[in-house]
Amino acid sequence: MKKIKNKEELEKLRGRLKKEREKYEILISVCAETGCIASGSLNIYKKLEKEIKKIKNRKIKLLKTGCHGFSEFDPAIVIYPEKIFYVKLKEEDIEEIVEKTIKNGEIIERLLYKDENGKCISYLNEIPFYKKQNRLVTRLNGLIDPENIEDYILFEGYSALIKVLNEIEPDEVIEIIKKSGLRGRGGGGFPTGRKWELCKKAEGTPKYIICNADEGDPGAFMDRSVIEGNPHSVIEGMIIGAYAIGSNEGYVYIRHEYPLALERLKIALKQAREYGFLGENILNSGFSFDIDIVRGGGAFVCGESTALMASIEGKVGEPRAKYIHTVERGLYDKPTCLNNVETWANVPLIINNGWEWYSKIGTENSKGTKIFSLVGKVKNTGLVEVDMGITLKEIIFDIGGGIKNNKKFKGVQTGGPSGGIIPEKFLNLPVDFDRLNEVGSMMGSGGMIVMDENTCMVDVARYFLNFLKEESCGKCVPCREGIYHMLSILNRITEGKGEIQDIEKLKEIADVMKKSCLCALGTTAPNPVLTTLNYFEDEYIAHIKDKKCLSGVCVSLVKYYIVPEFCNGCHACYKVCPIGAIEGDVKKVHKIKQDICIKCGSCYEVCKFNAIKRD
Amino acid sequence: MKEIDEIIAKNNWSKNKIVGILQDIQDRYGYLPEEVLFSISQKLNIPVSLIYSLSTFYKAFSLKPKGKYKIKVCLGTACHVRGGYMIVEYLKNKLKINPGETTEDGLFSLETVNCLGACAIGPVVVLNENLYGQMNINKVEKLIKGMKDEENKKQRGT
Repeated sequence: MKKIKNKEELEKLRGRLKKEREKYEILISVCAETGCIASGSLNIYKKLEKEIKKIKNRKIKLLKTGCHGFSEFDPAIVIYPEKIFYVKLKEEDIEEIVEKTIKNGEIIERLLYKDENGKCISYLNEIPFYKKQNRLVTRLNGLIDPENIEDYILFEGYSALIKVLNEIEPDEVIEIIKKSGLRGRGGGGFPTGRKWELCKKAEGTPKYIICNADEGDPGAFMDRSVIEGNPHSVIEGMIIGAYAIGSNEGYVYIRHEYPLALERLKIALKQAREYGFLGENILNSGFSFDIDIVRGGGAFVCGESTALMASIEGKVGEPRAKYIHTVERGLYDKPTCLNNVETWANVPLIINNGWEWYSKIGTENSKGTKIFSLVGKVKNTGLVEVDMGITLKEIIFDIGGGIKNNKKFKGVQTGGPSGGIIPEKFLNLPVDFDRLNEVGSMMGSGGMIVMDENTCMVDVARYFLNFLKEESCGKCVPCREGIYHMLSILNRITEGKGEIQDIEKLKEIADVMKKSCLCALGTTAPNPVLTTLNYFEDEYIAHIKDKKCLSGVCVSLVKYYIVPEFCNGCHACYKVCPIGAIEGDVKKVHKIKQDICIKCGSCYEVCKFNAIKRD
Repeated sequence: MKEIDEIIAKNNWSKNKIVGILQDIQDRYGYLPEEVLFSISQKLNIPVSLIYSLSTFYKAFSLKPKGKYKIKVCLGTACHVRGGYMIVEYLKNKLKINPGETTEDGLFSLETVNCLGACAIGPVVVLNENLYGQMNINKVEKLIKGMKDEENKKQRGT
């Protein structure tokens, strides 16, 4: 491919691509990102490819795309132009799809998504999961092949870059981003335009641009999905940022746990170079910029900006005190502008559509949309993109379809290990940066983990501290020791050895940590404990005083046993027990061997006669 | 040793790229062999102590060889609330090893990981490079049985 030199050449290419795409009567998009591939989508793709080859008289395009978001129902395909949505497919279904739907336009009811009342829904945009969403950053997931730059170009790709290079002065770009109201999507919510301005004004060259793709929050996969689905949007945003700030060198720091995202990013960077969007003298503008990839080493703390920069420099990823900000002295002690994947991906949108358009979306102080990974005990798990200001209730119940197995909602965890758990009484809370902070949690990068009545809040707090104990770098004492001691208290409580004074002790350690830890990992580490103490203190008391875990999670406090009167010897529990802890012959009363039972609850779930009790 | 030179050359013989070099070594050998670390230390003139500190700080590295079948259980929040921790407990019992260890016969190694970003289909288990979603103890049991059967078949074959 010859490098693109100007707007006209890009438009010409886009015109040709449009004509090419219009030739196709039918387009089938198969979701092919990490989650969907695990559900078997590549086999579906191969089978479709084989079957479609047999059709000679129609032009059909098959696309391997990023995630359409509705992960619970993978593998799924969308058939355009009607947007027929088939879910939970198996290889055997493909021949029928080709025969009936592709050849004859007939809809196969059994492969459709069914709503709560069992009603079949044929088309993607009629599914409740999508109705309240506003997919802007993720709008092309499902429409483009992330490994083909021309697909991105077809949908306005790199137009924002050309516009900026041709028509807008760097300072003006910063002004546009400032006016748009875009705030950092990585968790902190710092105004992006302001960050760019500070970096630009900082003394020293060279200046660096970094994309933080070290998405370490457990339960969050927005950034992975953006990179796997539309890597060029991130790259384009970074180039625009570099132009505005005056940087020629950029890095993407990406988690090593994301092999597919890494691969797609590599391909995207290579293609962007070939087409002339990266490298020397981009689009004949005289501006040069290139991006290098740095793989993370599996340390959560490296998501923190100073630790991340240390890691890029080839050092141990320990944070430093930030009395001098990284915009002044960051990577190699030079001014550095670090933004999150989703933040960068928002930039081309703002340039293309104008800051006025962008600033109309969202709430007063939180503009635009936010992508959340809606997971946990919710019916429709997946990736959702919504306007800032939507309520938690709308996300969990309207989009998410409510709680799995019709259990009762207990809380929702946002903000990863730095965030907190929000109880039922705040379900009507509008979701934006400030409102989530008000209730003791935070926006974080966008993980939203729904918890039901079977989730033990003490256990969840213990889980996060255990996570942080592993991930604390150990450099500062309050974090290293504080987490350790809070965790040992929580371990005691979940083992039934807690004392009532422990609650005060937890609060005291939390207070010290909040005031004195070196980086945000430590200062926010007590949040999961504090929010659960605040909203679910009764559960702590039940563990401490009554030695009971009412949710049946804390292994030491739970016992499963069989009530002989109800047991009819159906043998179901015997079959399901993974370690053979149940004895008894068919049609005879069964018994659980308490000494080896691991309390996984499999028997409890499978028994249809209420014969297994949990105490 | 030629391989090591290639890996270092790919990373431009740069001291700053030491983490990247270690990652490539890890990918190539499945762990960081001691003699290789010493050799890198000499070639790039970096103290072994620094390489050791990097190799033990980052979770991606292992100083010990891993099993033929590498089982990783995701313990991200979404997997945790859906029972991922029970799978770890089960595997600890079944394989008689703790996370981070390898069975004596060198067949299985067990690891936990703090989120693979496949949260929507949790609990997630990774066997070598393949990701399995919506797992439970029974499905894991079948998975292990499958691997053991395969090994037995091979042994009988030879």
